[in-house]
Amino acid sequence: MSLSPDTMRRLAGIVGTPNLQYSPEERIAYSYDATAMLGRQPEAIVFVESAQQISEVLKLANADGFGVVPRGSGTNLSGGTVPGESCVVLVTVKMNRILEIDSRNLTALVQPGVLTAKIDEEAAKHGLFYPPDPGSMRISTIGGNVAENSGGLRGLKYGVTRDYVLGLEVVLPTGEILRCGTKCVKDVAGYSVKDLFIGSEGTLGVVTEILLKLVPRPVARKTVLATYDSMTDAAETVSAIIAAKIIPCTLEFLDRTTIRCVEEYAKIGLPLDAEAILLMETDGHAAVVEEEAARMIDLAKRHHARNLRIAKDLAEAEQLTTARRSAFSALARVAPTTILEDATVPRSELATMIAFIQQAAAKYKLKIGTFGHFGDGNLHPTFLCDERNKEEIERVHAAFREIFEKAIALGGTITGEHGVGLAKKEFLEQFAGKTSLDLMRALKRTLDPNHVLNPGKIFD
Amino acid sequence: MSSTPAKSSTEPGLLRQLDYSVLQQCIHCGMCLPTCPTYDVTKHETSSPRGRIALMRAVADGKLTPNSAQFADEMYFCLGCLACETACPAGVNYAEMIEFARAEVELSGAKAGAKRNLIRAVALRWLFAKPGRLRFVARLMRMDQRTGLSAALSRLFPKRLRDLRAIQPRIAGKFSFDLIRETESPTTPRRHRVALLTGCVQDVAYASVNRDTVDVLLANGCEVVTPRAQGCCGSLMGHNGELELARRLARQNLDVFPLENLDAIIVNSAGCGSFMKRYGHLLPDDPRAKVWDKTVCDIHEWLAKIGPQPLRPSSPRPHPLKVTYHEACHLVHGQRISQQPREMLRAIPGVELVELPEAAWCCGSAGIYNITQPEMSMALLERKMKHIAATGVAVVATGNPGCIGQIRCGAQKFGLKIEVVHPVTLLAKAYRGEL
Repeated sequence: MSLSPDTMRRLAGIVGTPNLQYSPEERIAYSYDATAMLGRQPEAIVFVESAQQISEVLKLANADGFGVVPRGSGTNLSGGTVPGESCVVLVTVKMNRILEIDSRNLTALVQPGVLTAKIDEEAAKHGLFYPPDPGSMRISTIGGNVAENSGGLRGLKYGVTRDYVLGLEVVLPTGEILRCGTKCVKDVAGYSVKDLFIGSEGTLGVVTEILLKLVPRPVARKTVLATYDSMTDAAETVSAIIAAKIIPCTLEFLDRTTIRCVEEYAKIGLPLDAEAILLMETDGHAAVVEEEAARMIDLAKRHHARNLRIAKDLAEAEQLTTARRSAFSALARVAPTTILEDATVPRSELATMIAFIQQAAAKYKLKIGTFGHFGDGNLHPTFLCDERNKEEIERVHAAFREIFEKAIALGGTITGEHGVGLAKKEFLEQFAGKTSLDLMRALKRTLDPNHVLNPGKIFD
Repeated sequence: MSSTPAKSSTEPGLLRQLDYSVLQQCIHCGMCLPTCPTYDVTKHETSSPRGRIALMRAVADGKLTPNSAQFADEMYFCLGCLACETACPAGVNYAEMIEFARAEVELSGAKAGAKRNLIRAVALRWLFAKPGRLRFVARLMRMDQRTGLSAALSRLFPKRLRDLRAIQPRIAGKFSFDLIRETESPTTPRRHRVALLTGCVQDVAYASVNRDTVDVLLANGCEVVTPRAQGCCGSLMGHNGELELARRLARQNLDVFPLENLDAIIVNSAGCGSFMKRYGHLLPDDPRAKVWDKTVCDIHEWLAKIGPQPLRPSSPRPHPLKVTYHEACHLVHGQRISQQPREMLRAIPGVELVELPEAAWCCGSAGIYNITQPEMSMALLERKMKHIAATGVAVVATGNPGCIGQIRCGAQKFGLKIEVVHPVTLLAKAYRGEL
């Protein structure tokens, strides 16, 4: 069903003619996000500039019966911004101002279209720090980060987006504008309404202003790269570090397949016969950093790290982190289609999970490189395949299913940071249980009775 | 042949002929978006590399006709700066895709019009196709610039023509072949034997840069051959939808340069070098092209590779000469050459290199983009000149004739007292003891 000329006229009336687009080219360019093999063209695209406009678009959607898909830069990895049937894509990138950095209360007030990395750049000018650093931070918008409750490499020590949201302005699916939260660290007036919207994947409201918590910027950092002959040794090093009450800011790993791809691509001298590489970083006060790094090195040695490289300066630290930062690039080059997953398990189960993924790869004759966040158990099994090969894609799906089931069995989750969106819908009930899913559905019905906001995402 | 602008629609489109895995390699992650100058301005997905690739793929899939005006416009709104290739985690070959897409646009006739067809026929297919023609026209321009004829009449020109006059480079008094002998040998023992590409714009507007390049090569023990029969590298045509003509010119150069007797073919123009290193893609069936791609070497890259001869300390100056470096897109993105020119400048005694903010952001020159898309080009130039002004330098060094012309034009427009030179010119001066 396409939108009626009358609806289009009204949309143009709300956002202004140049901010309404519906040519075949525009519809193609807003049919996808960063998720592999998912796409559907929207009926139109609106570029909004205020909460008021969003409110009016949503009221019209309720009156005329079309769906609205909120979208930032379109870097979602679970199809969360791929349009459903009869949908208008609502793009927030033009609402991109940082409204305030408050050094006295350590907060930032921003619009949803601000790029994540810009917030930290601006905070840095005040000696402050916005820690959440999803892989796409240079292009992802903070509105999208809030909607997806995005994680990143620093999750173990600093937490995720939710831990930094103090307050929100939200347009509800029916068009009302709501404000919640304050600059106060302590605020227990009623339900924590803001938490309802964080991670709601754009199904419960459109965030139009975000009040973020900032923290003091760490002054020192130390980087260590350890190589192992077995993933279990690497996993035990991680457990020993945590047991020693050290919380590193980075604890990242690469598996064998990823190491080989990285070496082939970046040529940085990684040993091709290694089973695991662990990248460890600690940050904070200079003296503490030195002491923690020394203890981490000692623990790595005791757990049979066969090689340890310790960065002497920033330049060398950069070099060491290259191995981890090139992981995705190196893998993405290997095959035409790259599917990045984010099954997550308690960190004590990580070695078991990685071994299981390697077995699944062998069983289904697939190439899967796994890397990710060892400290918080968030894995990125990356499937290297070709979407034109239908038979191979079937094997990919079969392997997915087994991996998700195993993650659930180990007390983990089907998605650590990418969201459910369209891609993981079929696994949600099994993971969350019927009661939990019923509650989610009831919430959705209450806030969005006509089902206009990002329809078809998370659950049907 | 390429002289017919439109072709029947029954033939399979060029994008369909392109290996599909090239289009498919894009994983639409969006990492290219913040590095794309046109996305930065418009915030429209259709004006981003990811969006353009989606449109190209739609054409290849038959879901979009290539003769749509918006498809054509977006393909030509792209600067071709290739910043997206640097940012791309998946190694997408955007350069090849955009060339195919533009050729497809030309075949479809979406942008065809009497005026545009005439300009393309004259400029791309006639003027630049033979170096003799370009030099002939350049001599006329030189005469005009020296006599001030069109300057006197310029008030009578329409605004568009006046704007064009403002960005035309000053034609050099002598062209490259007047300044460089066919073979020049170093006075020191010969370490290498190289050939020099003199280029088109470089040749008629900045021939002294070619002389400087030869001087620097001689100072570094290289014998330099400058074949007289060499022609345009084909980049201008390749970048503007005339792939067949580009192929013809590439083949001509393969015939002219004696590959087997050369250690390198030296290029001092970023745009030419970037294109010439991809002859293998352009001519997949010519076995010489693969060897050629490996032999082509940018001057900065070459000097870093052979280890430049040390320079004499300069005569004492009260203050160091402050120089900033603007990265030509087709050096930093097209050829991944970024540190070598900086190291070269730092090695010159008496020079202090000041980092330019956003050094790798396009200046808006982009081949003939400053002629075809003046608005966007000027916006980018203004952004570049603001950063240059903030550095407070006396000299801007950059390794591409297009950028030199564009930034000189910017200096004039914004009243900035700076010199804009090729890095090799500073180095040549240093070797000659003139700095």
